[in-house]
Amino acid sequence: MGAFRVVLTLAPVALDPVGRAAPSYAFEDGITLILLLAATCFVVGLHLMNAPPTADHGNRLSAAGMVVAVAATLALIAHDGTISTTGWLMLSLGGVIGSGFGLYLARTVEMTAMPQLVSLFNAVGGGAAALVAIADFVRLAGIAHAPTIAARTSVTSVLDVVIGAVTLSGSIVAAGKLQGFIPSNPVVVPAGRFVNLVLVLAACAGTGYILSGANSDLTLIGIALASLVIGVILVMPIGGADMPVVISLLNAFTGTAVAMAGFVINSLVLIIAGALVGASGSILTKLMADAMNRSILNIVAGGFGTGDQKSVIGAGATGQVRSVGADDVAIQLAYAQKVIIVPGYGLAAAHAQYAVKELADLLEKRGVEVSYAIHPVAGRMPGHMNVLLAEAEVPYQQLRTMEEINPEFPRADVALVIGANDVTNPAARRPGNPVSGMPILDVDKAKSVIVIKRSMGHGYAGIDNELYTDPKTAMFFADAQAGLRAIIAAVKTLVGVD
Amino acid sequence: MDTSLITDVTIFVLSLLVGFEVISKVPQTLHTPLMSAANSIHGVVIVGAFLIASTAHSTVGYTLAFIAAVFAGMNVVGGYTVTDRMLKMFQRRPAAASKDANADGGRP
Repeated sequence: MGAFRVVLTLAPVALDPVGRAAPSYAFEDGITLILLLAATCFVVGLHLMNAPPTADHGNRLSAAGMVVAVAATLALIAHDGTISTTGWLMLSLGGVIGSGFGLYLARTVEMTAMPQLVSLFNAVGGGAAALVAIADFVRLAGIAHAPTIAARTSVTSVLDVVIGAVTLSGSIVAAGKLQGFIPSNPVVVPAGRFVNLVLVLAACAGTGYILSGANSDLTLIGIALASLVIGVILVMPIGGADMPVVISLLNAFTGTAVAMAGFVINSLVLIIAGALVGASGSILTKLMADAMNRSILNIVAGGFGTGDQKSVIGAGATGQVRSVGADDVAIQLAYAQKVIIVPGYGLAAAHAQYAVKELADLLEKRGVEVSYAIHPVAGRMPGHMNVLLAEAEVPYQQLRTMEEINPEFPRADVALVIGANDVTNPAARRPGNPVSGMPILDVDKAKSVIVIKRSMGHGYAGIDNELYTDPKTAMFFADAQAGLRAIIAAVKTLVGVD
Repeated sequence: MDTSLITDVTIFVLSLLVGFEVISKVPQTLHTPLMSAANSIHGVVIVGAFLIASTAHSTVGYTLAFIAAVFAGMNVVGGYTVTDRMLKMFQRRPAAASKDANADGGRP
């Protein structure tokens, strides 16, 4: 255990003239083991999330681990005795205010707003991690005649502050875009890249100054401020459709920042938890980027609809579109054997999840086999569409991934596309256009296709969807919610299901 | 390089690998709750907020500890609560695949 002994003491003890009581190793070892137990709960909790039936046990286990970690840490600082009354007051006051606010948000948030909330939690997590390093650095720098802060502390402090601050401001901008406070289309910051370059260089210079042995807390705070601006400039030019990638990436950043905070204060549980979140965020970022066939760099640099690709919008091929009404759609659906519903974000935006579920129930009563084809980037964060449909009580067994459902399209009598656009465009199979190479749902292989859509408007890629002009496609021009209600009514009257 | 740094880096790298291994098995259906759960886990930074509060003895220190406690508290409590809310949605009607069960509203 020798190597772990210092795991929870703050910074190298030699630097700490605050008169810490002679450490009782048995007690601290015990606390360290308890924190290891908490970390184990986090890992096993995540492991249990590999199947829907056990997932909530996983989350509870993880929460239990968190309670254990918090209790053990409270015991440690009480035992340590260095905390002042004001310190306790600040902790409990801050904890209560933060928890209350978090609880309120978590209880009241709508599932469509989940990406904003996750962004917000990313922001505060990253912010807290940065504050831990700043506070530790300020404390060390404030000690008169102290020797130079060890390189391991200063390097990890700078990393923590940079990543944490970028996450804080970047996630707030992302949440603002998702919520609509900030325009969700790409906003080009004037000379953004130049400003960012200058800020990055300034931050590097500050880092060099700190590493040269200057215990300058003001420099660290300067680096934090520069990083906050960098975060804003990074996320502003990224469009709404790229949000799944951005949120995942910021999630990975938060995890890394927390791990760095663990290095700074020598806390095992922070390092493990941070690394787990970093891994999770990285995997999701990669999955999302692959699902759009774009590199992460390309997305962060600003992509779809930022200018050049707009020119691709050709003369609309609206001439050959076949438009149908609710009655036609109802008949076609009611007499089908197999229907695959393809939901996109437009469905969620119209709050039509419940209407879809109602229609699906109606069809199932008639013996129609209904399943849902979920593209990985349907929605505004990874897996968002699944949650939205689960909220409407669609059984998760009917939610099929792209890989599972694509071979089934040729057997489907009707593919019903609601609010999805670019992810169904067969043009993606050909090179030479903005969606080329993007994995798509093979909707065009179904025997017939019905698209519910308000107009012939373009998706985020800004190009015509060739699916709409396919001879076997029928377009039902309506708002998702109103259109589905009309179809439900038509099925009931025409086919006579009550 | 001191041994404790090496140990810390080792733990970091191994935890990353464990994370990749465990998380790559999570199905797409659960990706939103997964991210939310991971979010709650990084709320463990509240431990850091406690430790900085325990050594704070200046106005700046207290302020930073206070803000960190607000942030981390929100992260932990909000994160776990909302993840639980989402996962409950996936618990409803666990064996609802059969159409007969759907027909007569086998709801909880």
